[in-house]
Amino acid sequence: MTTTEELEEQSVKKLLVLGAGTAGTMIVNRLRRRLDVNEWDITVVDQDDVHHYQPGYLFLPFGTYSPKQITRSRHATLPDGVDFVIGDVDRVDATANTVTLEGGRVLAYDYLVIASGTTPRPDQTPGMLDAEWRRSIFDFYTFEGSKALGEALKTFDHGRLVVHITDMPIKCPVAPLEFTFLADSFLRERGLRDRVEIVYVTPLPGAFTKPTCSTTLGYMLTERKIALETDFMVERIDVAKKALVSYDEREVPFDLLVTVPLNMGADFVARSGLGDELNFVPVDKHTLQSKANPNIFAIGDASDIPASKAGSVAHFAVEIFTDNFLELIAGKPMTGAFDGHANCFIEAGGGKGLLIDFNYDVEPLQGKYPLPRVGPMSLLKETRANHLGKLAFRWIYWNILLPGRSMPVPTHMSMVGKTTNQTPAK
Amino acid sequence: MPVTTLNGQEIHVNEEGFLTDPTEWDEALAAALGAQIGITLTDAHWNAIRFLRKDFDEVGETPTLRRVSTVGGIPIKELFVLFPQKPAKKMAYVAGLPKPVGCV
Repeated sequence: MTTTEELEEQSVKKLLVLGAGTAGTMIVNRLRRRLDVNEWDITVVDQDDVHHYQPGYLFLPFGTYSPKQITRSRHATLPDGVDFVIGDVDRVDATANTVTLEGGRVLAYDYLVIASGTTPRPDQTPGMLDAEWRRSIFDFYTFEGSKALGEALKTFDHGRLVVHITDMPIKCPVAPLEFTFLADSFLRERGLRDRVEIVYVTPLPGAFTKPTCSTTLGYMLTERKIALETDFMVERIDVAKKALVSYDEREVPFDLLVTVPLNMGADFVARSGLGDELNFVPVDKHTLQSKANPNIFAIGDASDIPASKAGSVAHFAVEIFTDNFLELIAGKPMTGAFDGHANCFIEAGGGKGLLIDFNYDVEPLQGKYPLPRVGPMSLLKETRANHLGKLAFRWIYWNILLPGRSMPVPTHMSMVGKTTNQTPAK
Repeated sequence: MPVTTLNGQEIHVNEEGFLTDPTEWDEALAAALGAQIGITLTDAHWNAIRFLRKDFDEVGETPTLRRVSTVGGIPIKELFVLFPQKPAKKMAYVAGLPKPVGCV
């Protein structure tokens, strides 16, 4: 015999979100408000209860932020009416529509959102994790790495500082440049800049690869006397020599190496057969729907879309996704199309910053943001307002963005007030 | 976008000479593009170029060196020998595909 209660229980649909980071937290906050609690269960899984404000990692080594300012309990960022499960995902069974956690617990879903992000993987480059790791080799994309680097910088007073990107894509692709500018500024303030050689090593053909950016911003490296090593694909680190060694056998020696290790999606994505060669989930770049499974989406850094892996991209994508999702479950076609919109502050050091705004099709251009011609922020220019914008963003992140409140900026990128080659700046 | 003639064929290219319309590409053009950058295409080069074309058709993006290595099965070290100094850029150029870029 089936009771009414059991019938109701069976008719309740399940949305399961893997990852309570930037994307996952925004999604559950937005959808909990818009999905009837009697019809939809929402569960979110993460491996721990600490939400990190990841842009803060950039500032931690220079003492701008304290560790406390950039972490919160995930519980505090999630709404009532959402089950928060702490656990490690073992695998997704996309045929049975279930997720198994390590330890054997099984969670069933009707719809699954993979929002497990991207993780630096120093283990993927031979030598990186050997004796020099966190002695003279550091990353700043983890809380521990960033903190340890801060300690190292306190006593670093001469030699070669090498900032290095292993391979693309990486999370927050401008962060290594920002770190370089901040380090230049930091050393200058301490009167040590003349005793330190700074080298920027990238697998790309330049520090700036888009035409407008290289024209407009190319001066930033030369002016700061930062040496550039391009097309450098690291094969291994020679620990004894303290040098990066590339596949074409070039060597870049270092005294202090700040590296961005290879970025990969979560291992459970690979175990579940849902990932590409870097464990990112192939999705339609406009709807974020899995190419293999129509009831699976990947939002934020976890997907393979050709956009920057960054919080702003996650934010704009979540706005499109939540509206589309409501259409999808109502049996309608999804009408929203994500355009790859990103906007990112770039710290320039010396209390200044830049701002860039772009999407899949349009490269970063000059102009004002968020209000065309008014600003107050300037695109692709070093200003103090942009730097203050970046600092203010921490408050916005905790109080507006994560709770899924509306930001006074457009979801789709706008061309209004931007300078293109056809309409030169006056 | 500039139009240029290579190998008796009109092609659309960007300011760096990369094809802007991948459908204008064929294997005869690839040989001519290779010659432009001093590369005579051998079977090993073709192996890489055909993988790039196939993968671009399927995924819609120019594959990275790592993807050519892990999915296409050609070691990165070999790619640096076949297309010296700038393999990602040179392979994309010869294959008539967009070059890999960062966000700025």
